[in-house]
Amino acid sequence: MFLNSLPTNFAALEVGQHLYWQIGNIRLHGQVFLTSWILLGALLVFISLGTKKMENDPKGLQNLLEFLWDYIRDLARTQIGEKVYRDWMPFIGTLFLFVFVSNWGGALIPWRLIKLPSGELGAPTADINTTIALALLVSLSYFYAGLSNKGWRYFEYYVHPTPIMLPFKILEDFTKPLSLSFRLFGNILADELVVGVLVFLVPLVLPIPVMFLGLFTSAIQALIFATLAAYYIGEAVEEHH
Amino acid sequence: MLAFDFFGSTEGGLFDINATLPLMAIQVVALTYILNSLFFKPVGNVVEKREKFVSNNIMDAKNKLSEVEKLEADLLSQLQSARSEAQKIVSEAENESDKLYKEALELANNEANASKEKARLEIENQTSSARDQLFKQADDLSELIVNRLILEK
Repeated sequence: MFLNSLPTNFAALEVGQHLYWQIGNIRLHGQVFLTSWILLGALLVFISLGTKKMENDPKGLQNLLEFLWDYIRDLARTQIGEKVYRDWMPFIGTLFLFVFVSNWGGALIPWRLIKLPSGELGAPTADINTTIALALLVSLSYFYAGLSNKGWRYFEYYVHPTPIMLPFKILEDFTKPLSLSFRLFGNILADELVVGVLVFLVPLVLPIPVMFLGLFTSAIQALIFATLAAYYIGEAVEEHH
Repeated sequence: MLAFDFFGSTEGGLFDINATLPLMAIQVVALTYILNSLFFKPVGNVVEKREKFVSNNIMDAKNKLSEVEKLEADLLSQLQSARSEAQKIVSEAENESDKLYKEALELANNEANASKEKARLEIENQTSSARDQLFKQADDLSELIVNRLILEK
């Protein structure tokens, strides 16, 4: 590739390098798990602190958590509908929190300072495995939601409003996880790359607006992912008349 | 270093899909359960309890308000009826006193008229008797004068 003709230390970006963990026959991307454990650990500590002493008059962290809960409930309720949103709220909320914490954690924490033998730490959502895992969970969820709510009548959705829609609806089942996973993966990776390249080229000041833009994108992507997941579930449980 | 070798190598690359995927999926599912019991359930309980409390209070207040309004309307109507009753009593009393006054006036008038009439009659009688007497005395006197005149002759 022509890019290889650039100065060799351009490779400091280390795109597509992974810290491999070998467990028996299977190989894992260690850096993804390391960062996700750190971030999720922080999230869980944060949440445990906030819910430790629940009071009727919320204060401090509890207030923030209640705001978050309300936000997620509104998201789930508007997309899934009044009837079954309760069942899916934890899942939607977990998706939102996981993606949000991963994106922001990847953007805010200076992981580069921690040297790994191979690859580098970063947002777990910048790894295609994570985003595909999330997207497939969403696919399973909306199938499960549709089947458990409507039984075999769920498949009426495929010929609604006319049977002409059948091939498109089947195609949709493939494009939904594809678009979900690649949108998230692409946005977060692109953000990391842009910031990485800018930091590499102009280490001072110039990357800061781009970093803020990255934070914005990260938050938006978390919202988009959770909203779309909720929308797909809502679409599956919706009653056609 | 193959910095941008996305697809070329078997080791690494951006689209290197391996066991990270299912393990991450399991991790997210586990996280869902953990967050559900740690975050969504307890916070939901507190928030919904409070929402119920607030809506109950609002409903209570609304009930009380409607009760108060009903009582107020009740009192108002009572006041109205009491007022109109008082008005009626006052006007009745006025009518009554008017009637009594008129009756008394008439009675007094009649009485006065009667006594006036009686007095007039009496005066008339006395006048006529006095006149009779006067005539009689005049007659007597004239007779006396006549007699005396006759006798002197």
